[in-house]
Amino acid sequence: MVLEKMDGNDSNEKDRKILAEANIFFTNLQKLFNWGRARSFWPLNYGSNCCPIEMMASGLARFDIARFGYEVFRSCPRQADLLVVAGPVTIKLRPVLERLWAQMPEPKWVVALGNCACSGGPFKDGYSIYPGADSILPVDVYIPGCPPRPEAFFYGLLELKKKVEQTDYSRYDEWKKAKKLAKKEDKEVRKRREKEEERL
Amino acid sequence: MNVIENLFTGLGAMIYDFLIWLTLPDWLAAVILLFLKWLLIILVVIVDVIILIWLERKISGYIQQRLGPNRLGPGGCFQTIADTLKLMGKEDIIPRTADKVLFVIAPAMFIIVAVMLYAVVPMGKDMMIVDFDLSMLFFISVASLGTLALFMGGWGSDNKWSLMGAMRAVAQMISYEVPLAFSLLGVVMITGSLQFSEIVAAQENIWFVFLQPIAFVTYFIAATAELNRGPFDMPEAEQELTAGPYTEYTGMRWALFFLAEYTNLVAVCLMCSAVFFGGWHGPAFLPSWAWMFIKAYFFILVFFWIKWTLPRIRMDKLMEFSWKFLVPVSLGNVLLTGVGLMLFR
Ligand code: SF4
Repeated sequence: MVLEKMDGNDSNEKDRKILAEANIFFTNLQKLFNWGRARSFWPLNYGSNCCPIEMMASGLARFDIARFGYEVFRSCPRQADLLVVAGPVTIKLRPVLERLWAQMPEPKWVVALGNCACSGGPFKDGYSIYPGADSILPVDVYIPGCPPRPEAFFYGLLELKKKVEQTDYSRYDEWKKAKKLAKKEDKEVRKRREKEEERL
Repeated sequence: MNVIENLFTGLGAMIYDFLIWLTLPDWLAAVILLFLKWLLIILVVIVDVIILIWLERKISGYIQQRLGPNRLGPGGCFQTIADTLKLMGKEDIIPRTADKVLFVIAPAMFIIVAVMLYAVVPMGKDMMIVDFDLSMLFFISVASLGTLALFMGGWGSDNKWSLMGAMRAVAQMISYEVPLAFSLLGVVMITGSLQFSEIVAAQENIWFVFLQPIAFVTYFIAATAELNRGPFDMPEAEQELTAGPYTEYTGMRWALFFLAEYTNLVAVCLMCSAVFFGGWHGPAFLPSWAWMFIKAYFFILVFFWIKWTLPRIRMDKLMEFSWKFLVPVSLGNVLLTGVGLMLFR
């Protein structure tokens, strides 16, 4: 689309403007940052049931998540980039999880580890369980299993790595608009939650 | 051999001569040379830290029977670069209730204080930026300024964990400053000087670690606590305080704190090798600055080893250990040194 608008001369002022509008001058730097981001996820130290045990096992000698450089489990959301939702998300847990997610700085990602986080798993009909983490968070990668083995966890992280490497940040304006919308929605969500809390 | 030995000092003299040849006034040439030296030091520090972080992750892996990072480059040595790139691209969050000025200044101050230490630390024979007669006093007093930066960060971020971590940092650093200074006093009594170049020159025949073994041990323990490294990393005890004074910091601001901690580590290790292990003295097949760095790196590895093998000790035990054990022992060492000097001199 951009190429059609240009008249084929690289040094042309007009062409450069069109390119700039399409953020083409931006791509190489973006590639560099994506390269770095994809190779250093620092997961948040979070877990709520049996799946985190597998997450812990993945950090120990037998599986060693450190090989990929993802071993820096931060206990503070301010320095983490990856929220691994391991275990079921209950109604009571929701405000905590939402707050943790909001406290993490952009760019950030969510991985749903285990059936519980993917879809509610064995508890999905429970009165206090959300059917999957994606009902409250934007999940990037789903890792099914009850619990998934550490190898599966690594596979999921490597899939996320592929995804991050292909991320295109040039749609910044659209992202900003979406964020504004999200803020509006946030208010509604809060109202709904307050109602829910009252009900409980 | 002489060329390698005099590589940096000769280069400095050459640049100075060149600036004079450009008909610059003396003082301007000196100032420009000083800035060039600072640039070199900052470069050395940054490269050092990048290597050290990778080394620490690798060594901690080996200690725990893991492999450590090994996917990125040979032996995973580009891992730190990827991390740095990611940290540079992170969102910069300043909490709404934070004291903005303190919050922003704190990391910068911490790193500035850490780099200031290199003004007096010897890096080789005749390789100090300034060499004046109170350089050891300068080192100790500037090193204790880092506490203030931590406290500023902890207070400014308006978070209970930050504040608690900062309080712990202050308590710990103040109480370990005392045995640190006392253990260095023994060396100062023997040489009768606070100047690093004289202290190192006095170790031509025998290293002070053999004359002052108790002082060395107390210095090493107190330095571990001063650096907030395990087993004394109470201020940022992750399991109880999330990240201590750094809790609210994101991205590059947090990375600055981290950078400063490693910078401090290198400075303290250089100091340790200068004061107790003969500084640049060593067999002549290597230049003096190489000996300095080999010794310093040895101590850095010992610090890593200690951190990854010993569990963290409790806060009250930590204070008890300082006031009830280290302070009396280092004071006793001062007495012993005095008596020894009376008898053998
Ligand atoms: S998916 Fe299975 S193992 Fe994981 S938290 Fe749910 S019940 Fe436990």
